[in-house]
Amino acid sequence: MSALDAATVERAVTTFIVDNFLFGNAADAPARDASFMETGLIDSTGVLELVAFVESTYSIKVGDDELVPENLDSVANLAAFVAKKAG
Amino acid sequence: MALSWDVLGLDYDAEADRIGAELRRVIAHECKRRGLVVALSGGIDSSCVAALATRALGKAKVFGIHMPERDSSAETIKLSRSVSDTFGFDSVLEEITPVLDGYGCYRRRDEAIRMVFPEFGPGWKSKIVLPGLAGGELNVYYLVVQKPDGTIEKQRLPLPAYLQIVAATNFKQRTRKTFEYYHADRLHYAVSGTPNRLEYDQGFFVKGGDGLADVKPIAHLYKTQVYAMARHLGVPVDICNRAPTTDTYSLAQGQDEFYFALPYREMDLCLWGKNHGVAPAEVAPTVGLTADQVERVYRDIDQKRATTRYLGLAPQLVGAIPEIKH
Repeated sequence: MSALDAATVERAVTTFIVDNFLFGNAADAPARDASFMETGLIDSTGVLELVAFVESTYSIKVGDDELVPENLDSVANLAAFVAKKAG
Repeated sequence: MALSWDVLGLDYDAEADRIGAELRRVIAHECKRRGLVVALSGGIDSSCVAALATRALGKAKVFGIHMPERDSSAETIKLSRSVSDTFGFDSVLEEITPVLDGYGCYRRRDEAIRMVFPEFGPGWKSKIVLPGLAGGELNVYYLVVQKPDGTIEKQRLPLPAYLQIVAATNFKQRTRKTFEYYHADRLHYAVSGTPNRLEYDQGFFVKGGDGLADVKPIAHLYKTQVYAMARHLGVPVDICNRAPTTDTYSLAQGQDEFYFALPYREMDLCLWGKNHGVAPAEVAPTVGLTADQVERVYRDIDQKRATTRYLGLAPQLVGAIPEIKH
């Protein structure tokens, strides 16, 4: 199996956000490097929903010590983290 | 220059007078009711509100309700009765455990706990905690259980389990509020809400539960000020000397481990500092933290304000009704 690339994860995470948090309104999708916490689009509950999504989609387990903004606080950060972990 | 604790000082007699005048105005003219219902938890906030209400309205116009339930501490009823006894107003005990059983409060909560600890059952105790400043910035909740043999275990809560535990537990606050409005309707009284400033600002309340009220007499007072006001008004010392607790989970749970990043005194000063534009470096030495940690508390305050904004929102209309003004 080829290594998972971050761009693929970014697309999947963005689609998940648009479908589940924005009722399909892609115009409001976050920029890939926008901080969820700073823009306020996704709060800590939303981040945990994203964690559950990537855990089930990519069969990974996010550890307690990995729940930090560097890994989770934007589409780009989350995708890079998932790609590294699943790769 | 280090920020002084003195910034939280108040002229408590003058403030009690001012709150009293506002209570009389709001209840008579805004609510057009004849008195005030106060749910007594045995904690500092409801005790302080009961004392202020008695001072403002007279004991004949205050009605207290004691509503302990299965998970309440054994001390709760003794403490809450000491408040109605001290201030001399009428009160009633409402047994809410059977109501909560009817809602499936305990069953639904335990079902969610078993998503994490499948063997959870009779003889076990539980609570939810935040890691506080030691943890990450995402406010991820952990479930702590105590087994019948006394051993403690802790696990991160997956979101569905966390949401269901909170949703089930919220039956408690909403059931209590239903009883408060029953007695308020019966007596033609208004209902008080008893959040202090930390709770009100940071959204530490249940929408439609303890967040629902006609008047919130101490929502502008920092918790430190609520303690001082309570002492000033003669609230029983056992209550004034007790650490804040949620009294909601079967394992004893401090408010600072469930919700706030710091104990209330330090949290008060950080919130005051943030509200008054004080640099973290000036708050840090007074509260015994580094400037970076205070900066982190400031960010947590903003994050909680954003996350809980929904709790304080009035119902949102999607068309104008200019004839009705609230």
